[in-house]
Amino acid sequence: MSRVGLRGFAIGYLALILIAPLALVTYRTLFEGASQAWHALRDPNTIHAFQVTLTAVVIAVPLNTIFGVICGLAIVRRRFPGKGLVNAFVDLPLALSPVVVGVALFALYGRTGWFGPFLGRHNIHVLFALPAIVLATIFVSVPFVAREVIPTLREIGNDQEQAAHTLGASGWQTFWRITLPSIRWAIVYGVVLTSARCLGEYGAVAVVSGSIQGKTETATLRVDDEYQNLDLSGAYAIALVLGLIAIAILLLMSYARPKEQRA
Amino acid sequence: MVALPIAALVSSSTEQGASGFWQVVSSPEAVAALKLTLVVAALVALTNAVTGTIIAWVLVRDEFRGKGFLNSVIDLPFALPTIVAGLVLLAFYGPHSPVGVHLAFTRTAVYLALLFVTLPFVVRTVQPVLGELDLEMEEAARSLGADRFTVFRRIVLPNILPGILSGVTMAFARAVGEIGAIVIISTNLPFRTEVASVFIFNQIASGNTSGAAAVSVVLLSISFAVLLLVGGIRRYATGHERV
Amino acid sequence: MSISVRNVSKRFGDFVALENISIEVNAGSLTALLGPSGSGKSTLLRVIAGLEKPDSGSVFIGEANVTGCAPQERGIGFVFQHYAAFRHMTVADNVAFGLTIRKRPKEEIRTRVTELLELVQLQGLAKRYPAQLSGGQRQRMGLARALAVDPTVLLLDEPFGALDAQVRAELRDWLRRLHDDTHTTTVIVTHDQEEAMEVADEVVVMNRGRVEQVAGPRELYEQPANEFVMSFVGQVNRVGEAFVRPHDLELTLEPNGATPEAMVERIVHLGFEVRVDLVRDDGERLSVQLTRDEAERLELDQGQIVFIKPTRQTVFS
Repeated sequence: MSRVGLRGFAIGYLALILIAPLALVTYRTLFEGASQAWHALRDPNTIHAFQVTLTAVVIAVPLNTIFGVICGLAIVRRRFPGKGLVNAFVDLPLALSPVVVGVALFALYGRTGWFGPFLGRHNIHVLFALPAIVLATIFVSVPFVAREVIPTLREIGNDQEQAAHTLGASGWQTFWRITLPSIRWAIVYGVVLTSARCLGEYGAVAVVSGSIQGKTETATLRVDDEYQNLDLSGAYAIALVLGLIAIAILLLMSYARPKEQRA
Repeated sequence: MVALPIAALVSSSTEQGASGFWQVVSSPEAVAALKLTLVVAALVALTNAVTGTIIAWVLVRDEFRGKGFLNSVIDLPFALPTIVAGLVLLAFYGPHSPVGVHLAFTRTAVYLALLFVTLPFVVRTVQPVLGELDLEMEEAARSLGADRFTVFRRIVLPNILPGILSGVTMAFARAVGEIGAIVIISTNLPFRTEVASVFIFNQIASGNTSGAAAVSVVLLSISFAVLLLVGGIRRYATGHERV
Repeated sequence: MSISVRNVSKRFGDFVALENISIEVNAGSLTALLGPSGSGKSTLLRVIAGLEKPDSGSVFIGEANVTGCAPQERGIGFVFQHYAAFRHMTVADNVAFGLTIRKRPKEEIRTRVTELLELVQLQGLAKRYPAQLSGGQRQRMGLARALAVDPTVLLLDEPFGALDAQVRAELRDWLRRLHDDTHTTTVIVTHDQEEAMEVADEVVVMNRGRVEQVAGPRELYEQPANEFVMSFVGQVNRVGEAFVRPHDLELTLEPNGATPEAMVERIVHLGFEVRVDLVRDDGERLSVQLTRDEAERLELDQGQIVFIKPTRQTVFS
């Protein structure tokens, strides 16, 4: 088990499984189909798809951030019955197939679902419309902020908060001035992960949105759509844009990463 | 927010009664899909156990130019939309592949796609544990006469095992549920390359909500089981430390 | 401001941390809560601070019953064993915190912070972050921070426990002098009997959730209430039914009346003092403290037989 041998294996494996495929796609899109790619991106349906994705991200990320911080605080600093269950439910989207998420939303908002009749009577469209996409996106990105905040809160302990209390700070003042600043990097990292997840969501929105061009397609669904329609350059173009955003996110992740995981 | 849809899902799956549930789940197509899913996911998880640990080891214990780059690159499957991953893999392994393989639309394609998507899991769970390992433990073992392999087997491995296990179980869960990366590269031939998630998708696309729900519940149970397992591993690991 | 604790009890699950504790702390005094780990001393301090709620009993600060009050409302200053520094704020901001949240004018805050930093000898470090300070400096910052809001009562929870010996000694000294200047009622928790004896006007010795004795250092040493206090507060030998301090044991080379005999096991020269470890027939071990001169006069050797005579002893009924 020599050092160089292991190193070689690791690098080789990563190169083969990860790096080579990505390099290939980048090359193909940029050098072989640049003009077609550009044309495909100007397609109004594609632009609309990006807008839909953006809407979902802009709604889901702040909501889940607030939820994640509150949840993290509750789980680490308070006792209440059913805490373990709450913890499990927060983690669930991580282990759950996105398609199952989509089906679950169907079961809730579909015509035969729990809310179905109510929604039908008031002519509110959830499924096959924007609300479903947003809901699906929120669901799958719930865990990330909470899962970063929780270990950080645990590690810090509540000494600083106690000190603040003895110095006269109210609960709210303590939260704003002491607690929040001490977890800010965990929140940043969590937000980055959440955004990445929202951007890349496919399975759940595929189920609930109906992929109606120009109306309920997200960027990821559009990639699939273009591919099915044999517009490969279009598909690759969108994929490249998403990929570039992913790399930007990656850089942010490396920057904000918690200490122990730095190489 | 999370609980409500899940509850609705479970109730919907039982709409056709217990026999209806069973009917869908035990249909040959469903069984084939589930079997394929579980087998490939298990293979992927096991592969990752080995490769993930090796990569984590190299990242923590070794120093070389470009290590930082590699460390960042590992997160790419986390950050990349799965469908993009699927497209990328198609380009690499598919008909126009520069590597000369033509693996698209085969089971191997499913395996490779899942390997791509689950790459970070074990690496990221093992890295911190390895990083915090007290080198003095290993030095003590060496001073007592243990060779490198024994030190790894008896000192390092038991300590990083919880990390490996939790990474493996999460990778397994992810592999079971993956759809975006697979849907393009495998064309989902029933009985051949159709995985459970695609099966469910087809069910619901053709209007069979309760059927989809039934198989979904199966996957849901697997997910819950995985979470319980990871929680258990975590508890075991921290109890272990408070010696 | 005096502190009055009346019949306070507290348990954590099955563990009884405090059992019906009542103590009085005089205004302006420096009192130590002394005891081994698990004795309840930290819990008691935190109950006084309002960081723990007692199961029963009441706490008075001055005339006011503060039992139901949150820590914010008690006008106390608290210093933590591991500093509890606000990591993301500079030293100056840490010290200013109590004043900042009370919305004092900036000028006032700045003057006060400068004043306090000079008092604790951290002037010049105002813009640093806690991570850049040593342990001793961080604790001085903690003290300055607690003092900034002019507390009526100052509570310190093993403040020097995490520091090394020399820094501990310096800070101990410094705390005593600070107290002599300010006369703020101070309560300090410690497991180090030397620290308690050196610094405090009055010592409350605690064990297993109960108060064993409350007395000044001298009285505690010379008139301990029971065996626990006697052995906690200093070295002690058991000679039959009696307890004898090492320096209250006289050694002679000739038997003199009914003096028991013992064999010299080891002679340790500790600078000015000499410690002689003895063992008796029944295996009982004793430790005698002599001055260098006394030891020289006796010309002791390992293995020699000597005779011991307590010049002062204590028997507990």
